[in-house]
Amino acid sequence: MTLESAGQLVDQALIDQLKAQYGLDQPIYVQYFKWVAGMTRGEFGQSLTWKTPVKELIWERVGLTFALSLASLLFIWVVAFPVGIYSAIKQYSIGDYVFTFISFVGLGIPPFLLALVVMWLAFSKFGISVGGLFSVDFQDAPWSWAKVIDLLQHLWIPMVVLGLGGTAGLIRIMRANLLDELHKPYVVTSRAKGMKERKLILKHPVRVALNPFISTVGWTLPGLVSGSVIVSVVLNLPTTGPLLLRALMSQDMYLAGTIVLMLSILTVIGTLISDILLAWLDPRIRLQ
Amino acid sequence: MAFLQSLFKRANAASAAEMLVDDKVYVASQWQLMWWKFRKHKLAIAAALVVFALYLVALLAEPLAAYNPEAQDARHAYRPPTPVRFVDAEGKAYLRPFVYGTKQKRDLETLALVYTDDTSKLYPIHFFVKGYPYKLWSFIPGEIHLFGVEDPGRVFLFGADAQGRDLFSRVVYGTRLSMTIGLVGVTLSFVLGILLGGVSGYYGGTIDMIIQRVIEFLRSMPTIPLWMGLSAALPANWPPVRMYFGITIILSLIGWTSLARVVRGRFLSLREEDFVMAGKVAGSSERTIILKHMVPAMMSYIIAALTLAVPEMILSETALSFLGLGLRYPAISWGVLLQDAQNIRAVATAPWLLVPGAAVVLAVLSLNFLGDGLRDAADPYGR
Repeated sequence: MTLESAGQLVDQALIDQLKAQYGLDQPIYVQYFKWVAGMTRGEFGQSLTWKTPVKELIWERVGLTFALSLASLLFIWVVAFPVGIYSAIKQYSIGDYVFTFISFVGLGIPPFLLALVVMWLAFSKFGISVGGLFSVDFQDAPWSWAKVIDLLQHLWIPMVVLGLGGTAGLIRIMRANLLDELHKPYVVTSRAKGMKERKLILKHPVRVALNPFISTVGWTLPGLVSGSVIVSVVLNLPTTGPLLLRALMSQDMYLAGTIVLMLSILTVIGTLISDILLAWLDPRIRLQ
Repeated sequence: MAFLQSLFKRANAASAAEMLVDDKVYVASQWQLMWWKFRKHKLAIAAALVVFALYLVALLAEPLAAYNPEAQDARHAYRPPTPVRFVDAEGKAYLRPFVYGTKQKRDLETLALVYTDDTSKLYPIHFFVKGYPYKLWSFIPGEIHLFGVEDPGRVFLFGADAQGRDLFSRVVYGTRLSMTIGLVGVTLSFVLGILLGGVSGYYGGTIDMIIQRVIEFLRSMPTIPLWMGLSAALPANWPPVRMYFGITIILSLIGWTSLARVVRGRFLSLREEDFVMAGKVAGSSERTIILKHMVPAMMSYIIAALTLAVPEMILSETALSFLGLGLRYPAISWGVLLQDAQNIRAVATAPWLLVPGAAVVLAVLSLNFLGDGLRDAADPYGR
């Protein structure tokens, strides 16, 4: 069909030959098993659009996807932790209201819309184009320190855009849990005994409030992995997102299937990491 | 006893006027208690009003829109939103709002189309005017629109897009598809979730384990790539209505899992309750016990979970259509409208193209607040 739309006349013999070449003439379960069997050898099939092995196309992109998701996760933690504590301690202050408002906005705006708005603001007000993860000089250059620094310089916008939604949720959870803890008797006792305020708060209540923090990692990382797909399409990042979209549009099944597989693996790894972290943090779970 | 009374008094302080006698609280039905608690939550009430307004717009899209959302007119391409005024250039104030006519000029340096106000032509805005003919819900013919101006004046409240179509009318029409896709998808999830969650929770044992594993399997997959893959599998040449239902089915195939989890949890805890045992001893069939006794006890949680599932569906449909994998032209939804905003140059010239995004945010935020309020009201242990 693609050949036809490219203007070449195709006859049935050519179609049959192409089918045999790509293995498309066999029933679907045979194709599937062949693909899975190939994976044990480290081969993921051939991309139909680019005519190159799939693993060459996606290797670097999968790494970047993971780096982006991890960076967003770090952003979420680094921001939500102190802001949540601050909101709980200084409840109903101006700062609390400002942060609550920001977190609600972060909850409501879908990440791709935020990416659009950020792109528009950067373009119209500052005249800079924020697409892409590397400057033009570094795009095809081999890895070096300078390239890493360039990557970090470009990474912060997608990181913030992706992380804002998760930050919002986590701030609310952190604030609610810490508020519950702060009203417990042991805090009152410590205060009466004269413990310094900062030590008092950091030593025990924060540790307990940290619990849901870690347990949400289980859902945050996979959410970031899948959310980064759309954001990277909007911002035109060289991660798996745009590649997946193009593969789906052109029905390039090995490429699309492998990308979905990779993303699912990342998701499962993320859930596993969260379970391990949670067991390490909370001894009560280990006992079960 | 006095302690309980004082507890109730504090919890229902807002309805003090009706709470003259404490006994009313004791005989109040579950729904009344929920309603009283919900009323205290001012934000949730405001959100409920916004949601109601949005669905009203979705219902009455045809009369509310000022212009035909499909009418292309190159004379108005990328027209900025027309400012509605009450005071004209000479300083005279009018009671009725009006708009100026516009002059189109091509800027000789940038070759861009520049629209300026023509202060000589005044077009007052009339309400309930006769506009272009439409068929409300595809079968009631009508011509009255909420507002409009005489030709050749134009009132583009949100500006116009690249083809000169009024964005306000398109957003209003888009409200219909975007808001209802959530409802249809949630209904499907509801049926699946109650069925499977109920079976899993009530019978327990092997069936429970199997269903739980299936739920975990579905939840562990990354949603967006999965949806992208499934919608790409839908043939592109389907008519919009069939595409609409295809998308809702895809969205609810994953969405039912969270509802099933809630239902299962409630079933498991309700199973041990005395009234269930009493029903069994009295000889009611299992179906009666489930439908007549256990389901009403869970209704409040189910309603809260459903309300929170709708904005997720709206967001997903918007994301999919934005990428071009969901609803497509000629269907109009907020996601389809946002596709025009993908191009950064287009948005830089015409930032009003992002208005459908604002509509999405409004809908999602108000539905989230409403769901939160309902969940707090349904929780019998909340303060």
